[in-house]
Amino acid sequence: MIRSELIQKIADENPHLYQRDVERIVNTIFEEITEAMSRGDRVELRGFGAFSVKQREARVGRNPRTGESVEVEEKHVPFFKTGKLLRDRLNGK
Amino acid sequence: MTDKTLTRMDLSEAVFREVGLSRNDSAQLVESILTHMSDALVQGEQVKISSFGTFSVRDKAARVGRNPKTGEEVPIQPRRVLTFRPSHLMKDRVAAGNKK
Repeated sequence: MIRSELIQKIADENPHLYQRDVERIVNTIFEEITEAMSRGDRVELRGFGAFSVKQREARVGRNPRTGESVEVEEKHVPFFKTGKLLRDRLNGK
Repeated sequence: MTDKTLTRMDLSEAVFREVGLSRNDSAQLVESILTHMSDALVQGEQVKISSFGTFSVRDKAARVGRNPKTGEEVPIQPRRVLTFRPSHLMKDRVAAGNKK
């Protein structure tokens, strides 16, 4: 399923809404989650899962081609943990 | 970093602000979006949201695990797990936003 199919499903279920509003609704939700993580916030959606930000420490890396050492700065990466309900559903419980 | 936790309520509030639906309708839409995504995943489908990321279901083989406290061996059944791979855009925005 891709974004446009998700939008279509929601539009089909809500014939009273304009297609462009459904697009804005779906886009707003994903945008809100990304924005929250950019601020370092968590987004917890019970039953579905939680989005959070993990910190990766600075380290000395190596250029695999030349073998040369390079300083890699500390950075923050997005992380998703599946919620219990969805995890159980995936396994037919 | 503000270290806050957002919930469904905050997402509904954003929909309410952005589109002007009632709070109740906004909350229901947030819920149906999550339900459709979950249903697709339970069917074994991948959910690919451009510029956000991809959720995919992976099969894990059975293995012998160990209770770390007692050292006792316990069989772990084969299972399906969900992985989320953030898009480049999301990675870049999260890295930039949290940079000191």
